[in-house]
Amino acid sequence: MNWKRAALAVLAIVPIVLLLAFGLTRDPNRIESPLPGQPAPDFTVEVMPPSPAGDNGWLEDGTTIRLADLRGHVVVLNFWASWCIPCRYEHPALTKVARVYQDRGVRFVGILYNDSPEAARRWLADLGGESYPTGLDPDSRTAIAYGLYGVPETFFIGRDGRVGYKHIGPVTESLLVEKIEELLNSPETPT
Amino acid sequence: MIRRLLVIAVLLLSPVATLAAQEGSDPELEAKVREVASQLRCVVCQGLSIQDSPSELAQDMKALVREQLAAGRTPEEVKQYFVERYGEWVLLTPRAEGLNLIVYVVPFIGLLLGAVFLARAVMRWTRQGSEAAASADPPVDPLV
Repeated sequence: MNWKRAALAVLAIVPIVLLLAFGLTRDPNRIESPLPGQPAPDFTVEVMPPSPAGDNGWLEDGTTIRLADLRGHVVVLNFWASWCIPCRYEHPALTKVARVYQDRGVRFVGILYNDSPEAARRWLADLGGESYPTGLDPDSRTAIAYGLYGVPETFFIGRDGRVGYKHIGPVTESLLVEKIEELLNSPETPT
Repeated sequence: MIRRLLVIAVLLLSPVATLAAQEGSDPELEAKVREVASQLRCVVCQGLSIQDSPSELAQDMKALVREQLAAGRTPEEVKQYFVERYGEWVLLTPRAEGLNLIVYVVPFIGLLLGAVFLARAVMRWTRQGSEAAASADPPVDPLV
């Protein structure tokens, strides 16, 4: 047995196996977003009229939303589309939690991604209505500003206007509550 | 019938019309847009640049590249805009800095190691060859 040769072979094979084990068990589409911790990119969006079954919640009147105007509030920013299947699953949770937290100053904002407002309003009416406003993003500028890959994606923005957390995929009630409470309880940082 | 034909003709031509509308009139700007767009990854595709992808998000990203370049931003600044949002992954060619250097350096180290290995092997073979040749021809017995 040639020990030197065996050791050399092991030395060559082990890193390759480890590299493959690392590379092949990761989802190449799950990339860490650089946004958490950074100031949330500002945007101004035109608001879609509410669907027949819902209302625009905290946005009593007005036809645009500017994120900078919501400074001092915890903001939950949800990108969605009527063609997006997982968006159906998270819709009831979003609607419910938005209503519950509205009085505590939390502002839910939907952003319609790659969809027509007509289809979106039909979808909302079919699903029992909405409880917060959705803005339109016709050329995906807001989506790109947030590094969006697909829908649904949800950003939790603190009172200081920084992104606290980004969630990819449908949110649940418990996740919404957990992340909102975290941001509500975090000490206010002067800016 | 004629109306149907007209509709078909319009439908057939509409992609051409939209392509023509997308390509701006400034060829210098368009060349820059193509250059930057071909270095940015289409995030909803597999290994395609936004220049090569027909997906809507890629087209919107490309429109944004055009808009920013037209507004006077440099190609580096435009790429930085996307990196700040999507992470470095959005660049199809990793930057030659930090850990990324591995990708640039390792192939050359491998090449060097291979060359050393080959040189040593060749030296060994030639040595063995000459030894074999030497033993193949028995030494002349001085007594004969």
